[in-house]
Amino acid sequence: MPYRLLRFGLSRKHPEPRMFTRHDSLKTGYDVVIIGAGGHGLAAAYYLTRDHGIRNVAVLEKGYLGGGNTGRNTTIIRSNYLTPEGVKFYDESVRLWQDLGADFDLNLFYSTRGHYTLAHTDSAMRTMRWRAEVNKHYGVRSEAVDAAFVKRGIPSIDLSCGGHAPILGALFHEPGAIARHDAVAWGYGRGADRRGVEIHQQTEVTGIRLQGGRVAGVDTTRGSIATSKVLCAVAGFTPRILDMVDLHTPIYVHPLQAMVSEPVKPWLDPIIVSGSLHVYVSQSARGELVMGASLDPYELHATRPTLDFVEGLASHMLDMFPFLGEVKVNRQWAGLADMTPDFAPIMGLTPVEGFYLDAGWGTWGFKATPVCGKTMSHTVATGRNHPLIEGFGFDRFARYRLTGEKGAASVGH
Amino acid sequence: MKILVCPLNGPRPVTEFAYGGEVRHSPDPDTCSDAEWSNYVFNRSGSPQPKYEWWCHIASGFWFVVLRDTMRDVVIATYPAEEVRRGLAAPASSAGAKV
Repeated sequence: MPYRLLRFGLSRKHPEPRMFTRHDSLKTGYDVVIIGAGGHGLAAAYYLTRDHGIRNVAVLEKGYLGGGNTGRNTTIIRSNYLTPEGVKFYDESVRLWQDLGADFDLNLFYSTRGHYTLAHTDSAMRTMRWRAEVNKHYGVRSEAVDAAFVKRGIPSIDLSCGGHAPILGALFHEPGAIARHDAVAWGYGRGADRRGVEIHQQTEVTGIRLQGGRVAGVDTTRGSIATSKVLCAVAGFTPRILDMVDLHTPIYVHPLQAMVSEPVKPWLDPIIVSGSLHVYVSQSARGELVMGASLDPYELHATRPTLDFVEGLASHMLDMFPFLGEVKVNRQWAGLADMTPDFAPIMGLTPVEGFYLDAGWGTWGFKATPVCGKTMSHTVATGRNHPLIEGFGFDRFARYRLTGEKGAASVGH
Repeated sequence: MKILVCPLNGPRPVTEFAYGGEVRHSPDPDTCSDAEWSNYVFNRSGSPQPKYEWWCHIASGFWFVVLRDTMRDVVIATYPAEEVRRGLAAPASSAGAKV
């Protein structure tokens, strides 16, 4: 390390800028308690203070800020969904993403790349046309394209995929983008912190107190808090929180793994997804290939990655890009995905008064971070579900009114 | 868990098996309420704990029951499928099993 840099690092004149205030103790009560300091929870806190003037808010995090699925996803942002509810919701999110960096005064490395969902079968092409038509109807730029278009956009791809899964075409979604996921959590966290929200890390919720069917308080490893409103935004830990308020949902948890390669020079501009090959990949600003695949095959609440995953994903990557054979894998990891049977989230009011849920985000939650913050803050502040989340209600299962979004999941889970 | 001990085939790699979800009992569709039925159709026990699960050894088509701690991915016991009809004991609480 150069001597000047070391001196700068140790200098009192240039202390390390802190993103958040550290609070030594919890207050006795808050207007709103948010469980989970990931992107969703912090975004809700940010919009609660900025748009609704509710400042007496605590965000409780059992680990560290942004250390869950916010820091474990593959950072893809898109709105090419299948149901009208989904398309409208994610399109609003893509709109919010556009000026988020300016809003935060923080570089999110938001990079619009274009997004190809490859189709290797006639039935997949049919779904792509369906999605393109629904998207266009709601003003989202998506189109079904043929194999020659794919080759022009991604010259290095092997269209035959090694001969066993030839590419017939794709759904091309121009607004598809990637962003630096950690910065999203920091940006929302800093913005909320500056407006008076307290972020408490290393603070685990151990119980939720109810009185006459409504929320009265929260017990944590650092003491008890009185509150009448709790927002639960904890991804793979949702079932454990729901047990505390005795609510039952279809949510089941499987690990989802991802990996990155060593950095290589830029060659892959767009984001590529193949449902048949169970791959999604993009190249980060650092040159790493960020790759993900489908869920692990059985329920598990631990994040230890497996060799099976790397072998399977690498082999499918080589079907598309055989020249990557010598590129090394740098890291792999797993997150806990809270899955729902219709591949749509569960959001909004619950049968427990004052308990609000932002869950069921399975493998598709990062792109929705801004719109979840917006809609959940509205829901918590007004006590009524935001119109954009009405298709994602807690009671839709009991009424058999599912929001079937599986056809737009990135890969066939 | 990378090796699963099948009651029929002995220890085999877990990739030879398919996971069939938790062992669950249907309420009587003729007598249960709508709420009980939709609860059975959709809702699951999502939190980590020892659970009885259906597993199938694909190569031999053999279905059996595994008692597995879904927090630690540790198999506690395996049973032949007939045990489900005879009634399985409630799994011990997961308290203290956290890692």
